[in-house]
Amino acid sequence: MSGTQNAPRSIVTTESAPVRWLLTGIALLFVALFLVIPLVSVFAEAFKQGWRLYLAALVEPDAWSAIKLTLLTAVIAVPLNLVFGVAAAWAIAKFDFKGKSFLITLIDLPFSVSPVVAGLIYVLLFGAQGWWGPWLAEHDIKIIFAVPGIVLATVFVTFPFVARELIPLMEAQGSEEEQAALVLGASGWQTFWRVTLPNIKWGLLYGVILANARAMGEFGAVSVVSGHIRGMTNTIPLHVEILYNEYNFVAAFACASILALLALVTLAAKSYVEWAAARQAAEDRRHAVE
Amino acid sequence: MAFKQHSVLPGFGLSLGFTLLYLSLIVLLPLSALVVKAGHMEWSAFWHAISEPRVLASYRVTFGASLIAAVINLLFGLLLAWVLVRYSFPGKRIVDALVDLPFALPTAVAGIALATLYAPNGSVGQYLDLVGIKVAFTPLGIVFALTFITLPFVVRTVQPVLQDLEVELEEAAASLGATRWQIFLRVILPTLLPALLTGFALAFARAIGEYGSVIFIAGNMPFVSEITPLMIISKLEQYDYLGATAIALVMLVVSFAMLLVINGLQWWSAKRLGRRK
Repeated sequence: MSGTQNAPRSIVTTESAPVRWLLTGIALLFVALFLVIPLVSVFAEAFKQGWRLYLAALVEPDAWSAIKLTLLTAVIAVPLNLVFGVAAAWAIAKFDFKGKSFLITLIDLPFSVSPVVAGLIYVLLFGAQGWWGPWLAEHDIKIIFAVPGIVLATVFVTFPFVARELIPLMEAQGSEEEQAALVLGASGWQTFWRVTLPNIKWGLLYGVILANARAMGEFGAVSVVSGHIRGMTNTIPLHVEILYNEYNFVAAFACASILALLALVTLAAKSYVEWAAARQAAEDRRHAVE
Repeated sequence: MAFKQHSVLPGFGLSLGFTLLYLSLIVLLPLSALVVKAGHMEWSAFWHAISEPRVLASYRVTFGASLIAAVINLLFGLLLAWVLVRYSFPGKRIVDALVDLPFALPTAVAGIALATLYAPNGSVGQYLDLVGIKVAFTPLGIVFALTFITLPFVVRTVQPVLQDLEVELEEAAASLGATRWQIFLRVILPTLLPALLTGFALAFARAIGEYGSVIFIAGNMPFVSEITPLMIISKLEQYDYLGATAIALVMLVVSFAMLLVINGLQWWSAKRLGRRK
């Protein structure tokens, strides 16, 4: 993000060297204590008793089914919210209508709701005592304490990611290019696929990366609706909890290390997308000047 | 004014219609189920559920620990943003990327890692234990977990504002005889204030609802280290759906209030920066 544009500052607008070193030192100590040590400790604990126990914890059937359920959940939740994010950003960024800022606030709402409350609301709708519980039971459909509930809770907590990335981006880009394409005879869908989508691809990818990390790692909301049935309704984070509570620390941290690895991949991908988006923006500016 | 201003672009009806339908199904309908369910309760039963002593204690723990964590991140977030924008040191880009770790690392993983590190026999906890500081299984542990979880907010709201700060202002203040400390307090800090408060409010709002990272390190002792989201879970486990709903409604109202505060702060922040340009 930063670093390249740091021109040397004159003596009156920066601090003396000892102060700079001191402040940098305190900041790095804080980062080490709160970020680096916890991250490293996940891998250290996972490999504490060697590779063989580590691998054994991962290929064990319950762990394997947790991995599969986590992937399934993300594969359903992320594309749904991707389609929603694009539709919402198209309506909000390209048109002017009443109540727009209220709509944006509503879209942001899932971010400020506690994950536990997010799980509870689906229990109140679909649970045995919920609104539609009796009807669902009559028709032998299980949502709570089953996979559909886990997917729904995950869709809720990852709801705003893509939309809130795309809305400001598309607002900043305006709609001149789309209007030009339409005037030249392109259809609405052609305009979207060939003009809009290439312009927003980095923002889209950024939102998807963040949504995916949250979808695979969500704990609170999923914990409420899952029922914790081993090998059936446990995602990786829930499996980690069970193992940890059984004092099976090596296996708990082995499964946690997959999620920590996912976090590192997420951070790397995010940094790359930020870099690529900045490069594209710089290129666009250069074209605009020419 | 008509509901919608004229535009040559197609797809307004389709995109807005889908947006509203999906928003209603996933977010609004389930949230309204919570409100309706709470509406079925007698007022006295509702009041009893949200004000019994153990629940009141959980509010104190949740709001107290969230406030302390947000203050810690207000100070260290400003420091971190300052160091990342203004100084150069080896590994700066990695540190910058690492700041987002709490957003990327699942909360349960953070929870068990912190609980293991700060347990009385843990790698860090054993040294703290020697000087009599207990972190894991105390309210202090909750503060640590919430500090971790909300670390990126202040850094990420302050960083862009600090980046765009004009050096000329500081030069002018210096040429008028201000010391470095006076420049920071009177020129830089007032400019950063809206961003700082926005980051603080975002961190506080996130901390109040946090569950996964806290429960492993908190010890969950009634009246001492139980957080409010845990009270909802424990009511659910006793099949006390009404009790859980009542407490959840309190949390939902607090979330709404925080959302309005944050929107207000962001509006103030945008106005402030717009005026400067």
